[in-house]
Amino acid sequence: MNRDGHRLTLLLLPAGIFFGAFFLLPLAQLFHIGLTGKEGWGAYTAILTDRNYFSSLLSTLGLAAITTVVTLMVSGLAGVFLQRNRFPGNGALVAMLTFPLAFPGVVIGFMVIMLAGRQGLIGDISRFLTGDKIVFAYSMAGLFMGYVYFSIPRTILTVMAAAEKLDPKLEEAARSLGASTWHVVVDVIIPGLKPAFISAGAICFATAMGAFGTAFTLATRINVLPMVIYTEFTLEANIAMAAALSFVLGAVTWVVLAVARTAAGSTVAAAG
Amino acid sequence: MTETMKPLAITLTGCAKTFADGTKALEPLDLAINAGETVVLLGPSGCGKTTTLRIIAGLEQPDAGGKVMFDGEGVTPLSIEKRNVGMVFQSYALFPNMSVAENIGYGLRLRKTPTEALRARVGEMLAMMRIEKLADRRIDQLSGGQRQRVALARALAVRPRALLLDEPLTALDAKLRDALRIEIDELLRRLGITAVYVTHDQAEAMALGDRIVVMEHGKVAQIGTPRDIYQRPATLFVADFIGTMNRVQGRVANGGFVTAAGTIPWAGAPAHITEAMFRPQDISLAEGGDAHLRGTIAAAFFLGDRTRLAVNVGGEKPLILETGTRRDFKHGETVGLRIDPHGLLSL
Ligand SMILES: Nc1ncnc2c1ncn2[C@@H]1O[C@H](COP(=O)(O)OP(=O)(O)O)[C@@H](O)[C@H]1O
Ligand SMILES: [Mg+2]
Repeated sequence: MNRDGHRLTLLLLPAGIFFGAFFLLPLAQLFHIGLTGKEGWGAYTAILTDRNYFSSLLSTLGLAAITTVVTLMVSGLAGVFLQRNRFPGNGALVAMLTFPLAFPGVVIGFMVIMLAGRQGLIGDISRFLTGDKIVFAYSMAGLFMGYVYFSIPRTILTVMAAAEKLDPKLEEAARSLGASTWHVVVDVIIPGLKPAFISAGAICFATAMGAFGTAFTLATRINVLPMVIYTEFTLEANIAMAAALSFVLGAVTWVVLAVARTAAGSTVAAAG
Repeated sequence: MTETMKPLAITLTGCAKTFADGTKALEPLDLAINAGETVVLLGPSGCGKTTTLRIIAGLEQPDAGGKVMFDGEGVTPLSIEKRNVGMVFQSYALFPNMSVAENIGYGLRLRKTPTEALRARVGEMLAMMRIEKLADRRIDQLSGGQRQRVALARALAVRPRALLLDEPLTALDAKLRDALRIEIDELLRRLGITAVYVTHDQAEAMALGDRIVVMEHGKVAQIGTPRDIYQRPATLFVADFIGTMNRVQGRVANGGFVTAAGTIPWAGAPAHITEAMFRPQDISLAEGGDAHLRGTIAAAFFLGDRTRLAVNVGGEKPLILETGTRRDFKHGETVGLRIDPHGLLSL
């Protein structure tokens, strides 16, 4: 018993050291630096009391949430469709959809500008059609488009893998009981894909909370937390504020994901 | 319990099925299922049973020219959700995100049944399948037998016009299979519902079917009552597939069937036949002049209450018979066999 216990501790030691050195220590350090400002806890309280910080926290959360919802909807539809329907060019289309996987945020930002920027395609088309030039690349809308574009590949692959494992007999059973396509989707397909939606959604949300490159490429004035942190750190040299914001960004993301996971888990338990 | 639905008559005419990949699963098939009867589709794996069932259900469309009729009314273009047929699958196909009661009530919920009526009907179904205690369980907390009971209750809750079952017992272990088979048989009879039951197990088919449709390579080999099919198989395939059939080669002469191992008296034998068939229970061991055939024992299996013998009589395969005698049999030993003339068949 005791020897086994010792051996287990020994085996866990490398993981423990790694966890401590690269996760807990830096996190603690970050938290601590947040306290080194002139007013101690001031940097942390400022996030709630300062309108700029607080609104950027809210808009970052909102952007990440909308990005996640839209990405899941698009990937859910496209993923199930692509998995179910084999047509010529199916493989090529999947490959193309997953193309942006390797792009850094800068490239995504660049593509958003080419599409919706001042010289962008959307502007040209809208001017041709209505005389008005539509430009939204340098705003939250542009950022949202970039994030969705770049989240879809990750999500769609997860959804397709999960869709392949759905039992077609469940859908047939539902239909035999009178279920319309809509009911099959709501009562069978979405519950079946739920675990995939939760894990893909979590990654999508966290990525959208913390992404920086795209925002940086689009405009330096976009009011999202990673940009604010960058500004505090490099331009204002307010290290304590930057650290406090970073810590809160991580903590808020973690809390949102934990709450989402618990809520999803308990609905599964309640329904089943 | 009141099941006032009038049972449904199902007719298939010229229903062939070729799948997209070119697989010809069904040759044009005609089948008339009477209102209230239980028809079993029986045949080896891959012979087209499931495809036939799915065409009846509306899950597959027959090739052009095929027609499905419910009570004389064409339903071929109707998809399954409009046909009101209950389905039971080998894999149960219960909704894992719903409780037992929610599964059973699902079809009623889709029909916007008022809460009180829904609850009452679910209760009735739970009682009918004797699973009241499981009402609030999750599906993953049920055994296979319990799952299939829930699936039956779910399918019957909406009072379907017919019940379609695809190998519902195949995934269960032998003992449970027998128990649930008896229960299904009782249920189908009590409800008087038209049922189409797919299985590859001939014992199950014999026990459940009012009529059996024996299928082979996408074609109907024979349709008849279990007794018909057992006693008067239409083809060699049917004869071999249903129970054990002995075959011995020879020719007809002087009111008997002459084989290399002796002559079987057979007054009405058709003159042209070269093969006689009979079941194991129509053979008995006999001594001296009582024996029709003589052969040597190729194998003997002691089964406790009886012994199963394989006796070589110079045919393609040894004859199979069972005997209740207590004596021991030795490999190579010569025995005499007597064939009951009532059991003789030919094709
Ligand atoms: N969706 C399908 N696509 C192609 N071939 C199929 C499909 N479904 C069944 N088949 C083929 O059709 C034949 C009959 O299948 P099935 O009706 O399932 O047989 P059974 O239920 O008697 O075992 C088999 O050869 C099977 O491989
Ligand atoms: Mg089958």
